[in-house]
Amino acid sequence: MADQNRRNVRELLLSAAVAGLALISSAARAEETIKVGVLHSLSGTMAISETTLKDTMLMLIDEQNKKGGLLGKKLEAVVVDPASNWPLFAEKARELISKNKVAAIFGCWTSVSRKSVLPVVEELNGLLFYPVQYEGEESSKNVIYTGAAPNQQAIPAVDYLMKDLKVKRWVLAGTDYVYPRTTNKILEAYLKSKGVKDKDIMINYTPFGHSDWQSIVADIKKFGSTGKKTAVVSTINGDANVPFYKELGNQGISAEQIPVVAFSVGEEELSGIDTKPLVGHLAAWNYFMSIDTPENAAFIKQWHQFIKNPRRVTNDPMEAHYIGFNLWVKAVEKAKTTDTDAVVKAIVGLETPNLTGGLAKALPNHHISKPVFIGEIQDDGQFQVVWKTKGLVDGDAWSDYLPESKPITADWTPPINCGNYNTKTKKCSGQKY
Amino acid sequence: MKAMLCTPRLRTLALLALLGLALGEASGARTSDPFSASLARLKGAPLEELGAAIEQFASVQDERTSKVLQALLDGRLFYRKADGKVVIGEPAEAGYAITDAASGEQLGTAERFEVKKISLNNALRTTLRETIGRLELNAQDPAVRLRAVQAMSQAPDEKNLALLRARLETERDPKVLDALRLALALADLASEDKNVRLRAIGALQDQTGAEVVNRLNALLEKNDEGEYLEPDSDVRHMAEAALHRIQSRLQFYGAVETLFFGLSLGAVLVLSAIGLAITFGVMGVINMAHGELMMLGAYTTYVVQQLMPDQLNISLFAAIPAAFLISALVGIAIERGIIRFLYGRPLESLLATFGVSLFLQQTVRSIFSPLNRSVATPAWMSGSLQLNGALSLTLNRFYILLFCLLVFALLLQILKRTRLGLEVRAVAQNRAMAKAMGIPAERVDALTFGLGSGIAGVAGVALSQLTNVGPNLGQAYIVDSFMVVVFGGVGNLWGTLVAGFSLGIANKFLEPYSGAVLAKILVLVFIIIFIQKRPRGLFPQKGRAAEA
Repeated sequence: MADQNRRNVRELLLSAAVAGLALISSAARAEETIKVGVLHSLSGTMAISETTLKDTMLMLIDEQNKKGGLLGKKLEAVVVDPASNWPLFAEKARELISKNKVAAIFGCWTSVSRKSVLPVVEELNGLLFYPVQYEGEESSKNVIYTGAAPNQQAIPAVDYLMKDLKVKRWVLAGTDYVYPRTTNKILEAYLKSKGVKDKDIMINYTPFGHSDWQSIVADIKKFGSTGKKTAVVSTINGDANVPFYKELGNQGISAEQIPVVAFSVGEEELSGIDTKPLVGHLAAWNYFMSIDTPENAAFIKQWHQFIKNPRRVTNDPMEAHYIGFNLWVKAVEKAKTTDTDAVVKAIVGLETPNLTGGLAKALPNHHISKPVFIGEIQDDGQFQVVWKTKGLVDGDAWSDYLPESKPITADWTPPINCGNYNTKTKKCSGQKY
Repeated sequence: MKAMLCTPRLRTLALLALLGLALGEASGARTSDPFSASLARLKGAPLEELGAAIEQFASVQDERTSKVLQALLDGRLFYRKADGKVVIGEPAEAGYAITDAASGEQLGTAERFEVKKISLNNALRTTLRETIGRLELNAQDPAVRLRAVQAMSQAPDEKNLALLRARLETERDPKVLDALRLALALADLASEDKNVRLRAIGALQDQTGAEVVNRLNALLEKNDEGEYLEPDSDVRHMAEAALHRIQSRLQFYGAVETLFFGLSLGAVLVLSAIGLAITFGVMGVINMAHGELMMLGAYTTYVVQQLMPDQLNISLFAAIPAAFLISALVGIAIERGIIRFLYGRPLESLLATFGVSLFLQQTVRSIFSPLNRSVATPAWMSGSLQLNGALSLTLNRFYILLFCLLVFALLLQILKRTRLGLEVRAVAQNRAMAKAMGIPAERVDALTFGLGSGIAGVAGVALSQLTNVGPNLGQAYIVDSFMVVVFGGVGNLWGTLVAGFSLGIANKFLEPYSGAVLAKILVLVFIIIFIQKRPRGLFPQKGRAAEA
C-alpha cells in the first residue's frame, strides 16, 4: 500500500513537471508565432477522410514558414483530434480558441460537425475555414466556406446529365443525414422546375455504412428499364459507396446504361477499391487530380514530397484547404493583424489562384467562386474531365430552388452585414445559423 | 421512305457507284496504308473528334481493326510519348508490356509515364461496342458472337438488321440464335405488315426482358389525340395478352429474387453471428470485440492477397485458414489475458472487451492507415448468374451463401463429433460436474473462445468480398450479431441459423415497402417485442442446466 502511494506521488510530481515545462515552452514560443488550429478527426469513422486534410494543413503551414512565415512571425499548427465525435468537435474548437488562442481554425468534414462547432466560433468570435462540399442554407460571419455549395456541384451535374446525356428519369440516392436530405430537396425542386414528373423521380435513403445493396440496386435496375435514359444522383457517403458500386457491377448495370454521378466519391475514396467495375461512372467536383495545370503539378509534387509516398492522391477538399489557407494568408497580410473581425473584413473580394488554372474569389456571402468539373472514373482510379462550366460559379449560400430560401441572401459587407437577409421584407432574420 | 421510291435500276446504279468508290479507296489503300493513317488519328484526338476518328478507323477493311478497337474499349490502347507510335499495352511489372498496334511487333516494356492512354467517355464506349459488334458478328467464339448481337441490337438500324438477318441463316449456337431472334422480333414490331407484327409478338411472349415489356407497352399507348399508336386491334389484343403473361411471370421471378436477397443477407448475418453463438451462446461471455475479430479476418485476407498477388484465386482459399488461425490466436490471447479473470461478471467483461475492441481498431489504424484497403474479387465471384431475362443471381452472394452453410455444417460436426466438442458442451452444461469428470475446464474455455473467434475471422474473409475492409468493419456487424444470437436462443446453433435467415428474409421483404432505414427499425422493434414474450429466444435451451 505504502509502495503504491509512493509511486502515485512520484507520478504526480513527474507529470506536473512535464506539464510545467510544456507551459513554459509554449508561453515562450507564443511570443513569436501565430497559431493555426487544425480540427480534423484522426481516429474514428471520419479518420479515413480527415487525416489527409490534417496532413495537407501541416504541409501548407510548413511551406508558408519556408517562405518566411506571416507578418514576420512563424506559423505554428495546433493539431487536435475530435475523434469523429460531434460534441467533441465543439469542445476541441473551444479549447483551440480560448486556450491555444489560435488565429484561425481549418477543419470539420461532416455537416454535423460544422453545426456543432458553429455556436462556439460565433460565441468566441473565432474563424473557421470549412473545406468540404455541403448542403448550403447557412452563412456565418465566422465561417469561410471553401467547399462547394449545391449550385457549385449538384445543380451543374444535373444540368450536364439532362443536357448532354439526355437523362429523363432520376434516382436520387443518399445516406440518411442532413447533407443528402437537403441536397436532394433542392435537386427535386430543381428537376420539377425543369418539367420532370413525380413518377420519373425515385428517392432513396439508406443508413450510414449500408452494405447490403441488393434490393435497392435491383429497384434501380427496374426503375431504369422503362426505355427512358436513367441516371443515379448519389449523395451516398464515403464507406457505403464501395458495396454499392460492387453490387451495380455484379448485377450487370454499366455506366453506359445507368450512369451514377456521385458527390462524395473522389480520388481518395477510389484509392481503396478496385475501380475496374466503376469505369465510366461520374463524379462532380471543383478539382480533379488529373487536371493538367502547372499549379496542380507543383501541388501534387509538393504533396508527394511532404507525405513521402508517391502513390498518395490529391482531392477536392485538399484544394479547398489550399485556397482557404492562401486566402487567409492574404487577408492577414492585408489587415496586418490576425484579429477575426479585421480578417473577415479584409478577406471579402480577395483572389487567389486555384489549382485548375483560375482565380478563386472570396465572396461577400463567405463562399468562394469555383469552376465545376464532371469527371468519368478511369480504371486507374483517376477521373477524366468530360465537361466543365464555362467560367467560375459563385457559391450561393441560400438555394434559389427552395421556396423558403429563395428570397434569402447572405452578405457580410455593409450595409447588409447579415447571413440570412430577406430581400423581400428587408430584414435580417434573428436566426443565427 | 424516300429510298423506297427509287426504282430498282437506280438503286443498282447507286450501289455500283458505291462499290466503285470502295474499290478505288481499297486500291489507293495499298499505297498509303489507310490502316496506319487512321490509326494515327486515334491518338491525341480530343473527345469530340475521337468519335469520328473511331468511325473512320473501323471502316478500314483490315483484320487488325477489331483487335485494336477491343484494346481501345478495354483501355489497353496507348501511344508512346517519345515517337507517337500507337501501342497495345498489357500491365506488367512497373509499367506495361507493349506491342505495336499496327505490326504486332513486341516492343518490350514501357514505364507508366512513357506512354499515354487513349481514353474514352461513356458515349464513345457505347458506339465502340456496337462497332466492334459489327466486326465480330462472324467470329469463331459463340460468346463473342453473343456479345456482338447484343451490342448491335442496341442500335437497330437498317444496316445492323440486315447483318443480323444474314447471320440468322448460318447461326447454329442456340444462345446466339435466341439473341438474334429476340433482336429481330423487336425490330419486326415496327414493321408495316400486320402479320409480321403479330408474328413478332408471338415470338416475344415467352421473353421476360425489360426491353420486351417496354416495347409491348408502347404498342398499347395512346397519342395526344387519344388514338392508339398501334392502329390494328388484333395486334393490340395480342400484345395485351402477351404482356399479361409476361407480367405474371415477372412477379413470380421478383418474389424468387427477393427470397434470394433475403437468404444472402441472412447468410451474412449467420456468418457474423455464428462465432458469437459460441463465445456468447455457449460460454456466456459478452464479447464486444467480436466485430474486431472479423475485421482481423478481413485484413488477413488483404495481407494474404498482397503476399501472393498473382494467384488471386488461391489466395482467397489460403486466406480462410490464415484468418481462422490469426483470429483464433488473438481470441485465445484475449481469453487468457482478460476474460478468464472476469467469468461471471458480465458487466465488467462487457466493458473490458469493449476496450479491447477500441484497442484493436486503433492498432489496425496505425499499421494499415485509416484508409480502406482494397481486397480484389476473383473473376469467378463477380458478375451474376443469368437464369433468364428477369432473374439473375449475383455470384458473390451465391458463393457466400454456400460458404455460410458449409461453415455451419463444419462447426456442428466439430461440436457433435469431436472430443473438443464434447468437452465444450460438458463445460457449458455443468461446469462443476465436468471438472469432476476430469475435464480441464480452463483449457476448454480458452479453446472454445479460440474456436468462436476463429470462426469470426473466417466470416471476415467472406465480408471482405462484400464490403469495405477498414478499421470500422467490425462495428457495423456487432449489433446485428448479438441480435441474431439473442433472437435465435442463446446456446443453440440451429437457433442462430434459423434466426439469421428469417431476419434476413423479413428485412428484404419489408425493404421495398418501407425503405432500408425503416425496415431495419421494424425488424429491431419486432425483436424487442419478441424477446418480451419469449426471453429465451426461438429455441431456448432445455434441461436443468438452463434453469440454473
